[in-house]
Amino acid sequence: MTLTPVITEHWDAPDLYTIEGYRRFGGYRALESALKQDPDAIITTIKDSGLRGRGGAGFPTGLKWSFVPQNDGKQHYLVVNADESEPGACKDIPIMMANPHALVEGVIISSFAIRANHAFIYIRGEVPNALRKVANAVAEARRAGYLGTNVLGSGFDIDIVVHAGAGAYICGEETALLDSLEGFRGQPRLKPPFPAVAGLYASPTVINNVETICNIPYIIDRGLDWFRQFGTEKSPGFKVWAVSGHVNNPGIFEAPLGITMRQLLEYAGGVRGGGNVKFWLPGGSSVPLLTAEHLDLPLTYEEMAAAGTMLGTGTPMIFDDTVSVVKAVTRWLEFYKHESCGKCTPCREGTYWITGMLETFEHGHGRESDLELLVSACNQIAGRSFCALGDAAATPYPAALKYFRDEFVAATHTPVDDTFDPVASYIHAGAAAR
Amino acid sequence: MTISDQTLERMRELASRYPQPRSALLPMLHLVQSVDGEVTTDGINACAEVLGISPAEVTGVSTFYTMYKRKPVGEHHIGVCVNTLCGLLGGDAVYDALSERLGVGHNEPTADGKFSLERIECQAACTHAPVMTVDWEFIDDVTPAAAVDVVDRLERGEQVLSTRGPAIRTFQATEHTLAFPDDGLAGEGTSVDDKMLAGLRYAKEHNMSAPAHGQEA
Repeated sequence: MTLTPVITEHWDAPDLYTIEGYRRFGGYRALESALKQDPDAIITTIKDSGLRGRGGAGFPTGLKWSFVPQNDGKQHYLVVNADESEPGACKDIPIMMANPHALVEGVIISSFAIRANHAFIYIRGEVPNALRKVANAVAEARRAGYLGTNVLGSGFDIDIVVHAGAGAYICGEETALLDSLEGFRGQPRLKPPFPAVAGLYASPTVINNVETICNIPYIIDRGLDWFRQFGTEKSPGFKVWAVSGHVNNPGIFEAPLGITMRQLLEYAGGVRGGGNVKFWLPGGSSVPLLTAEHLDLPLTYEEMAAAGTMLGTGTPMIFDDTVSVVKAVTRWLEFYKHESCGKCTPCREGTYWITGMLETFEHGHGRESDLELLVSACNQIAGRSFCALGDAAATPYPAALKYFRDEFVAATHTPVDDTFDPVASYIHAGAAAR
Repeated sequence: MTISDQTLERMRELASRYPQPRSALLPMLHLVQSVDGEVTTDGINACAEVLGISPAEVTGVSTFYTMYKRKPVGEHHIGVCVNTLCGLLGGDAVYDALSERLGVGHNEPTADGKFSLERIECQAACTHAPVMTVDWEFIDDVTPAAAVDVVDRLERGEQVLSTRGPAIRTFQATEHTLAFPDDGLAGEGTSVDDKMLAGLRYAKEHNMSAPAHGQEA
């Protein structure tokens, strides 16, 4: 399967981030065509396209839009989730830095479809360069008449607020994001009611991921048949894959859904030093890890689920033989412990105890009986926590144990840094030397 | 420092951007940090006054988010990602080197107030691992030696460019950008680098492209 740059097609044009650059490649053509359509027709188009959310869950985008009650006399809101913070996920930030107008155009079209007059782009605060690029694009779009009142004479009013977060992974959970956007601590809300009915300010709200929204102008401009020729029946379209880790040429690769990890690895120059893939994760630390035996599986929502994992954000992390899986998993749990919002007991307490136990293994004095206790602790979180981010914390360990039990057993008597020299996993040779 | 009338005016401007003013609280707290260098009691009281909520409510929000600091940070705030991928690919060594160079640990400022250091979580730049940040601007793909060199240059007052963004300014300047993101610097520096272009270049070299509109695959 070949690479198919769409969202990334013109990233080598130095002025793509400006409105002139974006328009030179056909930018805002889709908006002009969309504003002449019936909003319901656009929702139907996106439904028929089969586009699925690129933020991790893969929920059908058009279906999500259709849950918003229409003609209810209420204010509707579109909120873009640009709080990309999942370990391993690194595709929305590059998209916003390279092609911010695709996001802005997508936001305007999507808002028109769901009949929202206010849209918010919630960008994590730790990435000011993405914020300024998007804010600049919004200001340019406003000057060009794409934002404001009566956009292009259509009678449609829309404005976009670019909003900075302040460092909280939990705000990537959509209802926590809404609480944060309302000026509160970012903690998840009980569902139902779902945001489509009672979201921002208790009004109907659609929350979509950056990459999802960036697909919209291309689907509107080029049509359903064009879009559906990429990918599979259940996972149509293309994907901005971000390949990281022990590969020779890490980076952004855009290709259809259904490409295999082996093919992506080839485009990324293969494992460094001609080494082997020890384990890899298709899309963030919240999806169960896979091994070399899974490299030929199509990267689709359905095939990843069948393999016992998830496509997640579609940002594969590759680890070679130099990496201790015990150390990797412990570090991820330290992250979940740090980021647990504290609202529910299973996640707050569970991540604390699991991390503590895993650290005993990392230091070489784990108890073998704790291997099963850890599974039990994970089971006490999964499905019992308030939000999906709690479930995510229960994900890394069971898969690691399944494929690498011996390594955990070895860590009952030998510190992992003795078995795996930390320096060997550094990407820069001699990096430890000063 | 006390919050000036001008800052209060800017806070009201932020509050007016949202259908409900309280939505502006996060940007307002960033504005407080841009003025005071941390979330001060004066800043909390000012936010509370502008929004008509209690200082306790503002404090409750400010302590939830890790970017809000309740003690002084350096003129330059340095972050090193030590999450799994960056950490194991060399971020751990980068952190150790910086900690030794600066003589401080996690969330501590240097005695002269010039720098502070933080172990940060995933910065959404795993393709560029190991990653550090200075005042939250990217310094990608660093080695311990390169990280120490950044500190040396900043200490000498030299200009340091973000690898994907404008020249490094200060922690407080970045905090102002977080409150008012359209800071006029969108055209500064490089934002699209080799790693972001890896796939596009491969595709061009191998004559790969997405089928155009109306063209079968």
